[in-house]
Amino acid sequence: MTVLRNPIAIVGLLFVVLFLASTSLFTVNETQQGIVLRLGKPNRIINAYDTKEVFGMTGAGLHMKLPFVENVVYIDKRIMNLDMAQQTVLSTDQLRLVVDAFARFRVTDPLKMFTSVRSEARVADELSRILGSRLRNELGRQTFASLLSPERGQLMDTIQDAVNKEATRYGAEVVDVRIKRADLPAGDPLESAYSRMRAAREQEARNFRAQGSKQAQIIRAEADAEAAKTYAESFGQDQEFYAFYRAMQAYRAAFDNGNANVVLSPDNEFLQEFQGKRAR
Amino acid sequence: MSSENMSSDNNGPWGSGGSGGPRNPWGGKPGGGKSSGPDFDDFIRRSQERLRSGMPGGGGGMNLPWTYIALGVLLVWLASTSMYRVEPQEAGVVQRFGRYISTSGPGFHFKLPAPIETVVKPEVEAVRTIEIGSPDQSSENLMLTGDQNIIDIAYAIRWKIKDPEAYLFQLAEPDETIREVGESAMRAEVARVNLDAAIGPQRAQIAEQVRVRTQEILDSYRAGIDVVGVDIKQADPPAAVDAAFKDVSAAQQNAEQYMNQARAYAQQLVAQAQGQAAAFNAVYQQYRLAPQVTRKRMYLETMEEVLSKVDKTILEADGVVPYLPLPEMKKRSNAAGGAK
Repeated sequence: MTVLRNPIAIVGLLFVVLFLASTSLFTVNETQQGIVLRLGKPNRIINAYDTKEVFGMTGAGLHMKLPFVENVVYIDKRIMNLDMAQQTVLSTDQLRLVVDAFARFRVTDPLKMFTSVRSEARVADELSRILGSRLRNELGRQTFASLLSPERGQLMDTIQDAVNKEATRYGAEVVDVRIKRADLPAGDPLESAYSRMRAAREQEARNFRAQGSKQAQIIRAEADAEAAKTYAESFGQDQEFYAFYRAMQAYRAAFDNGNANVVLSPDNEFLQEFQGKRAR
Repeated sequence: MSSENMSSDNNGPWGSGGSGGPRNPWGGKPGGGKSSGPDFDDFIRRSQERLRSGMPGGGGGMNLPWTYIALGVLLVWLASTSMYRVEPQEAGVVQRFGRYISTSGPGFHFKLPAPIETVVKPEVEAVRTIEIGSPDQSSENLMLTGDQNIIDIAYAIRWKIKDPEAYLFQLAEPDETIREVGESAMRAEVARVNLDAAIGPQRAQIAEQVRVRTQEILDSYRAGIDVVGVDIKQADPPAAVDAAFKDVSAAQQNAEQYMNQARAYAQQLVAQAQGQAAAFNAVYQQYRLAPQVTRKRMYLETMEEVLSKVDKTILEADGVVPYLPLPEMKKRSNAAGGAK
């Protein structure tokens, strides 16, 4: 009783309780899985990943452990990124493609992961190494055209399955493998693609112009024909009169500017009446 | 207490006697060591007394303010950590010791105080945008199309949180995941179509396909994300081949221009022919009524007009070799032309 009255004792007791609590209680978030190690040896797993889990019904929350003897290692439960370096892939038709893939993985067996590689970062390293070589192997067996859209076939599934087989050894699961980018390498391949595109467009442009001129010529020719037909129909009514009529028009046009010297014989039809009735 | 032991023990580092000069850490002065020992001891004793009197309840009458202060701190802590407000665009996800408890809508809510329950408030109504590629000329986001051409494409993915718990607990890096999945979906879709379709008519279709595909993949992760839309901001041929592409539309314009010119020519020609034919027809109608006189009239009228303008020479040519002073005539006509 007297001990409890002593404020220093109360404070001290409080500290002891807090200390015990902090060493024997621990929390596990929904995003975490916890491995309890007893003297460094894995003893039990808290909030392990389960495919059918519902948030709020998982093992997350407050848990107990033995103070000092047990400690907890946290492992991420979420789906994590797998960063991969770009891979240059040579297709079966000898074309180069720079492939940038990504994968998502999660730790499904924290204990296995912990005993094999210790940390998520190491799992990611291992998996990206495996994935990189898998990707190069599998994609190298494809033609360039099928590399452009590998999702169309079973290719990505094959790769994912193969990597998953390896991943289980690290207690991880590859959720998804995808190709983010597939580009022509800079330099010659890109340049030759550009010049091919350019050539195709030049051809297209030339074709447009040629077609345009062709159509234009046809239009002109049809018009010429139409005009000829119109003339023939009209002038064909009386060829002799047309010749006269046209000649009259031509004379008017030809002598219109007055720059001419005309030497006429009195026998000319125009001068017929000039000499009275003589010519008649 | 160890401090007392040290000061009383002559072999300690602080309390060495005057005889132990060489081992004194405070320097060569023997007197210095002797005086520092009692001072230190005194200081400890005094500070301990001070501590005792300062502690709550230690001094008897001094305990009241300390209790109040402690109680006040406790109250403030309780008040500030057991109430929370969720803004209209947010959702409040409550976790007890890390375990998911509930999600509350907008408004004022209570929870257990801080270390026990925590709340995270993601903005579930806010539509976020991830830009991939940019429409300006400086940067190019090149992509291969189905016909192995290259397109420069810029687009944005708009998304929002559909399921706050899944969003918080399922993905380690949601933003990065959406970006990569979106890029992958876009690449897959663009590789399906050829360049001409991607540049023009199928843009909207591609955007929609990318949205659907991105959503599917994210759903397969149970990411709790809603892909609101994908907007293709730019889908152009790369700058390196842009000139060739522009020339194609120029060629189309040219072709159109050629045809228009030809059509104009055709219309003119046909109209001219019809006009002349009509004129001839009209004259011919009259001519047929009185051929002789019409013909004579036309001849004379034409000659009248023609010969009225020109220089005329009438020659009776019978047996005479006419001399035509052609240069002179030229001169005359030139002079006449100049005088005009």
